[in-house]
Amino acid sequence: MIKVMSPGLQTTVQDNGRIGYYEVGMPPSGAMDKYSLTVGNLLVGNDENAAALEITYMGPVLQFQEDAIIALTGGEIPPKINGQPVPMWETLSVKAGDELSFDFVKQGARVYLAVAGGIDVPLIMGSRSTYTLCGIGGLEGRPLEQGDELNIGNQSKHQVPVGTRVQSEFIPSFSKVNEIRVIVGLCSYRLTEESKQRFFSIDWTVTTEANRVGYRFKGERLNFVEREQPFGAGSNPSNVVDLGYPIGSIQVPDGVEPIALLNDAVTGGGYATVGTIISTDLDKMAQIKTNEKVRFVAVDIEEALQARKENKQKIEKLKQQLFQL
Amino acid sequence: MLTRYEYGGDEFIFVELSESMSLEVNFQAMAITKKLREEKVKGLLDICPSNASYMVRFNPEDIHPDELISKLKELEQTVSVDDFEITSRMVDVPILFDDPWTNEALMRFRDRHQDPTSTDLEYAARINGFGSKEELIKAITDYPYLVSMIGFVPGLPWCYQMVPQEKQIEVPKYVRPRTYTPERAFGFGGAFAVIYPVQGAGGYQLFGTAAAPIYQKEQSLHDFKDSITFPRQGDIFRYRSITMEEFQSIQQQVEDGTFRYLTREITFTPKQVLEDPKAFSDDVLGRLYV
Repeated sequence: MIKVMSPGLQTTVQDNGRIGYYEVGMPPSGAMDKYSLTVGNLLVGNDENAAALEITYMGPVLQFQEDAIIALTGGEIPPKINGQPVPMWETLSVKAGDELSFDFVKQGARVYLAVAGGIDVPLIMGSRSTYTLCGIGGLEGRPLEQGDELNIGNQSKHQVPVGTRVQSEFIPSFSKVNEIRVIVGLCSYRLTEESKQRFFSIDWTVTTEANRVGYRFKGERLNFVEREQPFGAGSNPSNVVDLGYPIGSIQVPDGVEPIALLNDAVTGGGYATVGTIISTDLDKMAQIKTNEKVRFVAVDIEEALQARKENKQKIEKLKQQLFQL
Repeated sequence: MLTRYEYGGDEFIFVELSESMSLEVNFQAMAITKKLREEKVKGLLDICPSNASYMVRFNPEDIHPDELISKLKELEQTVSVDDFEITSRMVDVPILFDDPWTNEALMRFRDRHQDPTSTDLEYAARINGFGSKEELIKAITDYPYLVSMIGFVPGLPWCYQMVPQEKQIEVPKYVRPRTYTPERAFGFGGAFAVIYPVQGAGGYQLFGTAAAPIYQKEQSLHDFKDSITFPRQGDIFRYRSITMEEFQSIQQQVEDGTFRYLTREITFTPKQVLEDPKAFSDDVLGRLYV
């Protein structure tokens, strides 16, 4: 069992997400940075979909009530065991009574704590991920609170030797200026040609509204092509007849501030969507903080599929190194 | 207008059948997605019919997006709404209009509304040419709605009234969205009626509160045994105006765990609806309340 001494800013149980319920309006939830979740699970020998803790900006203080094998991956929020710094991206052993805490965030935004066996919470619609808006999944459908106790599950597949380390080529680097690849499309026909170009040529600043639901950006106003609004759409030029929103899609309500929808987002609505962040770069998006800059880069579908393939190959290569298969 | 086939990143395809809403286009989206579901295409994770469009999520390791688009284009050519039969439910949905909870909420956000000096019901009645809010409520409740899309949050039904376009009620969304909407609020935006399943943000005009839940995570009520969400795309909802007394009695049944929606199964064709919406509506109401 793991006891929560202090919960941190927002710590939730997440796995790879709740897939297959989009049509009833259920977003996938799940780890925002799936690459880091996967590497964490590999380092502790878990099933890749085992649930871990997603830690945001400010870490929790956790006391282990039993011996455990753990790994910390993701953004750099320096971890300590009993006050002594310990490395991230490495298989660690903790003893009953040990306390895990964190320093202030240095880079990135989210850390994943994987525990050999996984975090044991009930499966809801095929997933252990927390979806706070509706209060389902994870621990009672909410972020962790002081005094909570987490059980460790049995989703362990291999024994990984303590001290196993991920080589630096597999550790993402973080920056305050980020390029995020986007496939333009969906209702991008609504934007003027000039606004479409501006969207890809300015640095957007992440506002304070940046969470699991989505990220809102400040930059400049974008303009829509003038038209008589179609029946049922609503009167604002950014309105369309309510439609489905892909995960990673970007909308610009009233042309004012673009919003990128992420893991816990609404699944549909009445704003024109103008493009979608490619799945590979959602991991990167998850590690960007308020006030950091984002430059959107237009790519085509083949580039997006290539990036996806390279990401999968990277994980395969890492598995071979870790397990010498 | 030509249908738009768009990549939604590398995991989604979005298909916009029309820019404007109509019963015809919603039936078309329903027919195509139903056929797609039956074909069990490898790699498809989600099939989401929406109002005048639809969206699919897929695994690009199983199917290349361009191959999927070809498949969807083929369906657009071959699927016809003429020989399409829908089997769904007619549902009686009791609403307390002009209720204290949405009134409290809408008064708090007057500065975000088109007309800060009247209520959402008064405003909507006026811009739709009704003499009073009672006349608007009558128009809302006289004819049933097709549940044309589910989403936003789990279980939220977009409902499109089954009347000719000239009789459709249309209202703008709030100038700036509210940060608070009470649970089970009955709202209207564009040409759509909705019920908000859970408390949260929202931009639709607020007219009332549904007496019974449409989302129940505990799944203790009969209607939620199989799913935490109640509405299904293709359902026919009849919104019925109720008194505070009936509202409280339904609330009591919900608490006791004895509440069940009044529902009846119906099989119909788009043609029946499109050719004579009035006759179809009368038939629905007649059969629902036998």
